[in-house]
Amino acid sequence: MIDTDLMLYVHIPFCVRKCAYCDFLSAPAGDAVREQYVEELCREIADYKGKAGHRPVSSVFFGGGTPSLLTGEQMSRILDTIRNCFTLTEDAEISMEMNPGTVTMENLVQYKAAGVGRISIGLQSMQEEELSLLGRIHDAHTFLECYEMARKAGFSNINVDLMMGLPGQKREALADTLKKVTDLSPEHISLYSLILEEHTPLYETYADSDKLLSQEEDRALYHMAVAMLEEKGYHQYEISNFAKEGFFCRHNEGYWRRRPYLSFGIGAASFFEEVRWNNTSSLSDYLAGDHAPADQEILTLKDAMEEFMFLGLRTTAGICRETFEEAFEEDYETVYGEVTRKLIAQGLLQEREEGGKHFVSCTGEGLDLNNLVGGAFLLEDGE
Amino acid sequence: MSDVDQSRIRNFCIVAHIDHGKSTLADRIIEKTGLLTSREMQAQVLDNMELERERGITIKAQTVRIIYTAKDGKEYILNLIDTPGHVDFNYEVSRSLAACEGAILVVDASQGIEAQTLANVYMALEHDLEVFPVINKIDLPSAHPDEVKEEIEDVIGLEAQDAPLVSAKNGIGIDEVLEAIVEKVPAPSGDPDAPLQALIFDSVYDSYKGVIVFCRLKEGRIRKGTRVRMMATGAEAEVVEVGYFGPGQFIPCEELSAGLVGYFTASIKNVKDTRVGDTVTDAANPCAEPLPGYKKVQSMVYCGIYPADAADYTDLRDALEKLQLNDASLKYEPETSIALGFGFRCGFLGLLHLDVIQERLEREYDLDLVTTAPGVIYKVYKTNGEVIELTNPSNLPDPSEIEHMEEPIVNAEIMVSTEYIGPIMQLCQERRGKYLSTEYIETTRALLKYELPLNEIIYDFFDALKSRSRGYASFDYELKGYEPSKLVKLDILINHEQVDALSFIVHADGAYERGRKMCEKLVNEIPRHLFEIPIQASVGGKIIARTTVRAMRKDVLAKCYGGDISRKKKLLEKQKEGKKRMRQVGSVEIPQSAFMSVLKLDNDD
Repeated sequence: MIDTDLMLYVHIPFCVRKCAYCDFLSAPAGDAVREQYVEELCREIADYKGKAGHRPVSSVFFGGGTPSLLTGEQMSRILDTIRNCFTLTEDAEISMEMNPGTVTMENLVQYKAAGVGRISIGLQSMQEEELSLLGRIHDAHTFLECYEMARKAGFSNINVDLMMGLPGQKREALADTLKKVTDLSPEHISLYSLILEEHTPLYETYADSDKLLSQEEDRALYHMAVAMLEEKGYHQYEISNFAKEGFFCRHNEGYWRRRPYLSFGIGAASFFEEVRWNNTSSLSDYLAGDHAPADQEILTLKDAMEEFMFLGLRTTAGICRETFEEAFEEDYETVYGEVTRKLIAQGLLQEREEGGKHFVSCTGEGLDLNNLVGGAFLLEDGE
Repeated sequence: MSDVDQSRIRNFCIVAHIDHGKSTLADRIIEKTGLLTSREMQAQVLDNMELERERGITIKAQTVRIIYTAKDGKEYILNLIDTPGHVDFNYEVSRSLAACEGAILVVDASQGIEAQTLANVYMALEHDLEVFPVINKIDLPSAHPDEVKEEIEDVIGLEAQDAPLVSAKNGIGIDEVLEAIVEKVPAPSGDPDAPLQALIFDSVYDSYKGVIVFCRLKEGRIRKGTRVRMMATGAEAEVVEVGYFGPGQFIPCEELSAGLVGYFTASIKNVKDTRVGDTVTDAANPCAEPLPGYKKVQSMVYCGIYPADAADYTDLRDALEKLQLNDASLKYEPETSIALGFGFRCGFLGLLHLDVIQERLEREYDLDLVTTAPGVIYKVYKTNGEVIELTNPSNLPDPSEIEHMEEPIVNAEIMVSTEYIGPIMQLCQERRGKYLSTEYIETTRALLKYELPLNEIIYDFFDALKSRSRGYASFDYELKGYEPSKLVKLDILINHEQVDALSFIVHADGAYERGRKMCEKLVNEIPRHLFEIPIQASVGGKIIARTTVRAMRKDVLAKCYGGDISRKKKLLEKQKEGKKRMRQVGSVEIPQSAFMSVLKLDNDD
């Protein structure tokens, strides 16, 4: 594999209250536990000192949970530890997620000072009834205040997270949310079609409900949203991600391009030198110092090629055949020529040439049926 | 051992409606006579097939010899012959009854007489058995034994005032039952020195001993070395071992003589040679006449059974072969379906029998199966005079070659609370029933008699009956015979291709309704594809119903970041695996569940 930069992910598993749709590893916790956790994170990060070789770190991402539950001091302690143990590139992208219901001006200033350059605000919707359906702790007004504060604090790279395809969602409601958000002109917008996860309150309430949108209704909303966002200058670069020119999220792209990443905190997933592993998902084990990699999965060439395809085809740019051949020293035509042509014939994929290189990417329909496309690139054993 | 004193032998069985406590009572009797401690009795000794225990029904007849010292101080041999508890096995029941002189009728003290109670009592009386009632579950708060006693006297005409009141579950009143057996069941008669005449009432296959034949000796004696002949099948063999039944074990003995119940083995390879109801005699000194009542068992219900994975075909064949060793009523022959590949057309005594075999194949042989809709045997009279017994709808000749068709009809008895008579009559009406009569058992309960086509009751009649009566209906039936009927073949087309495994025979008047339901059901079973898929029902080339599976519009995970990648891969693999398990018909992939789901088309939908 080509030598590339390294990315880091830090998981903050705390939140004020669990949202109705959430199946992530997060839960409310007190100050003391949070402090203990930050201490343990720093110890875990320090464990990796010198182990990632000379790879420069070009991106750090704080996800959750609600990372904005950390104090500015805690944030700066973690980032200092990272700087101590790794080499950050000059222009490293340092992002953190934020719940508008948890933000203070004081914290924002401190995050900025600690080195955070990009923030991602979990808004989900500008409609009050949708926010309450999702079990969010904030209202639309709180978001507006938070957004304004972030700008005042000097953040010039802001993402707003939105959700669509909510039970009973009307076209006008989504259009209104999109209009209000694009009017603020954030640099980046993520728009996620709701996944009803089992064992969540939302699932219990709506799993058998006729309010759930049909495939047709969901896609009608999605297509409308994509068109609206493109019109406002947000380019779709992945199924759920839209950004102004120059503001694509480097960290996210890294996942779809199979860049290596080390992750810290409970349940965090790492990918390094063709091995994937997870941290323990037990908070008490983690706090007791359990940093051992679990569920370790050593990827074969077959696994790697499959991932390259089904991850890369999430992006609108798609995959580059030459990059594939360089990375795996395999002939693209031999491995995937036939299935590529079949999917092109079905109208799910398209090809283009750019600067002498050959790209394969999803059509609009291919993005809607991305699992079907991705699944087609799984190889038979022994192939 | 000299001849056993016949006056000390009692051969009896227990009959009851399902769930009235037959097997529990049998357990208590065995326990009481000291053969096993209650700890050793792993729940119900007699129902020893795992499936039987789960379902609370007896599928195979089980038999046990008990030594009981009665109040008169004498020792008696009690042979308990437990009978299968389901209408599918009526013939087996009748042969077990024929091996007895008496029957205990168990009636639930809260529920009173039910449809099967009557059917079983009448059958026992037909065999000239001495029947005496026992009232069970008397310790339940809802018990009303006095009323039940009256009911028994009024409805069946059996003396019931001194019927033992028992709780088989808690061991109350078991002594009285044992005394009643000694007192009321007549001792057997029969001459031990006459030529051998024994009734086969069951047989099991043992991989070491071959077939173990369960029989009741009516005349003569049998011992090791006797050369026996099965009079109906003509099979002959030399007896290797004779013995009687301990609880859960075979106990060899020197000889069995007239009046006794026991078993013999003779290195017989297949239960087909030892059919239930056949008469065993001494080849060297045969009896003049076989015992009456032998019938060759007829399959009533047929369906196609296919391996979910075509590679398991030989495993399925081996499993069927093994099951048949023990179950002569199971029939199978290879067949091929365009949709399902290689499989077998199998014949069963009834729907429960089908269910049991299917479950045993899946559980004991770990097979994944696809089963087609069960059907009955139709008689097709062709214009050229030929008569076909049709078991697979695909083999129906062209309509122009058919003179007429006949279908099997049953006489059905349904016992129901009077408040549900309306809904139940409506159900029978919908199922093309011919009303015969209503008899009031007591003010709150009635016995409805109907003639019903068998093919109307094999799908979901039981379920419909239960749901429309809130569980307060019971049901029993017996085959009446064949009658002419206006039948047509209903075909299902998926994306304009006929799927043979989904065709079936239906009455012309119900074809439209049935076709519509099939289409509605299938539309939810077939996953969306990239293109729209029409599902059509057709009769004689004419489309009578249609639904459409819409094209797939969305199959995407909104989020796929660091921690989601392994999960996403698993999802994709699962989808791929799921596809592999589907059946390809033309360009459409049909999941196995689609073939199963159309078996249950509830009328209340």
